[in-house]
Amino acid sequence: MECVFGLVGNGFAILVADTSAVHSILVHKSNEDKIMVLDSHKLIAASGEPGDRVQFTEFIQKNVALYQFRNGIPLTTAAAANFTRGELATALRKSPYMVNILLAGYDKETGPSLYYIDYIASLHKVDKGAFGYGSYFSLSMMDRHFHSGMSVEEAVDLVDKCIMEIRSRLVVAPPNFVIKIVDKDGAREYAWRESVKETTVS
Amino acid sequence: MSLPKMSRRYDSRTTIFSPEGRLYQVEYAMEAIGNAGSAIGILSKDGVVLVGEKKVTSKLLQTSTSTEKMYKIDDHVACAVAGIMSDANILINTARVQAQRYTYAYQEPMPVEQLVQSLCDTKQGYTQFGGLRPFGVSFLFAGWDKNYGFQLYMSDPSGNYGGWKAASIGANNQAAQSILKQDYKDDITREEAVQLALKVLSKTMDSTSLTSDKLELAEVYLTPSGNVKYQVCSPESLSKKLVKFGVTQPPA
Repeated sequence: MECVFGLVGNGFAILVADTSAVHSILVHKSNEDKIMVLDSHKLIAASGEPGDRVQFTEFIQKNVALYQFRNGIPLTTAAAANFTRGELATALRKSPYMVNILLAGYDKETGPSLYYIDYIASLHKVDKGAFGYGSYFSLSMMDRHFHSGMSVEEAVDLVDKCIMEIRSRLVVAPPNFVIKIVDKDGAREYAWRESVKETTVS
Repeated sequence: MSLPKMSRRYDSRTTIFSPEGRLYQVEYAMEAIGNAGSAIGILSKDGVVLVGEKKVTSKLLQTSTSTEKMYKIDDHVACAVAGIMSDANILINTARVQAQRYTYAYQEPMPVEQLVQSLCDTKQGYTQFGGLRPFGVSFLFAGWDKNYGFQLYMSDPSGNYGGWKAASIGANNQAAQSILKQDYKDDITREEAVQLALKVLSKTMDSTSLTSDKLELAEVYLTPSGNVKYQVCSPESLSKKLVKFGVTQPPA
């Protein structure tokens, strides 16, 4: 079942998500990327109802792009997080989106930051956060091993510890994960952690 | 101003071009501002200065606010007005609403140019839609934001706006503008900007002696702690400044 988590290190933020598309007891796909590159220096990882997840993150991505076209300057990560929260909050009393979001970004003035936004539109600025069944394990691991000012190597090492804990302790553990990073050079895919390959019929 | 005979046919509606390609209602609105009390804005490296000429100075008049032409729009933006005040009040209100809406959506102060643009979009609308008259108001906006620092903008009734280092609106604005062009220097300080603004106003105003009850002075600057501050100069300290800068003689 779903595992999305992330943390802030020294000069960067890192997001991790499982890549399983699941319906009922069936795994339809194990290479579904749940971390979207929002703009040049922002990442948005989402868990929840698959349709809502795609629809909502695309909606946010397009609005962030529209802002940049109109005004010539990008939104800060804080502004994008508050905008996202606002959209979830207005939708909540109409037709809610069932999505939980981790938003990571890098700004010149403030450096890296991570925001936790759940489907009932609460917003928190955090150093580490997680959603889904994987959160029970990744949060514990991060509580034990996280410290402020981690290097990329330390952070990826912690991410691998979290993934290992999920794989060994969670009954319904997903096989594959994607890791993305955002720092002063931008948002990008960092690595995959795969234990199952998609098989293609020739 | 004399106009060609043809023009009357195109006067009554804002939405129609004259055969020469002009919008007379918009031009008349700008004409209305030419008679209003003037205002000057100067950008300096450590702040923005706004100076305005008070036209109504009856002793019997009881004003509710301390300023007549200067309005705070948000913590980081203020404006000076020239033109029809009742029109200006409507626009100032929409500007304030826009600024708060932005803060509500993003939890951040609205970038100054975006605020100016949103207001100018409203102004432009009245030169194209609805058959209503345009707003007879020009603004000087002084503000600070984290992207572009201190900024000064000037807007007119057509909805045009631009960023300026020094600008003037209202009566005699062309004379003021040419003095500003001559005397403005790029590395001017806020204190020097105040001095220059008062000097220009003393030369372009009709009245012979400049006194603090005919003037308004407001500044936007950063406090040592890095917060934006909008400050209106009190009549007492304005009088002192006028003497200090040699614009008026000290009372005997």
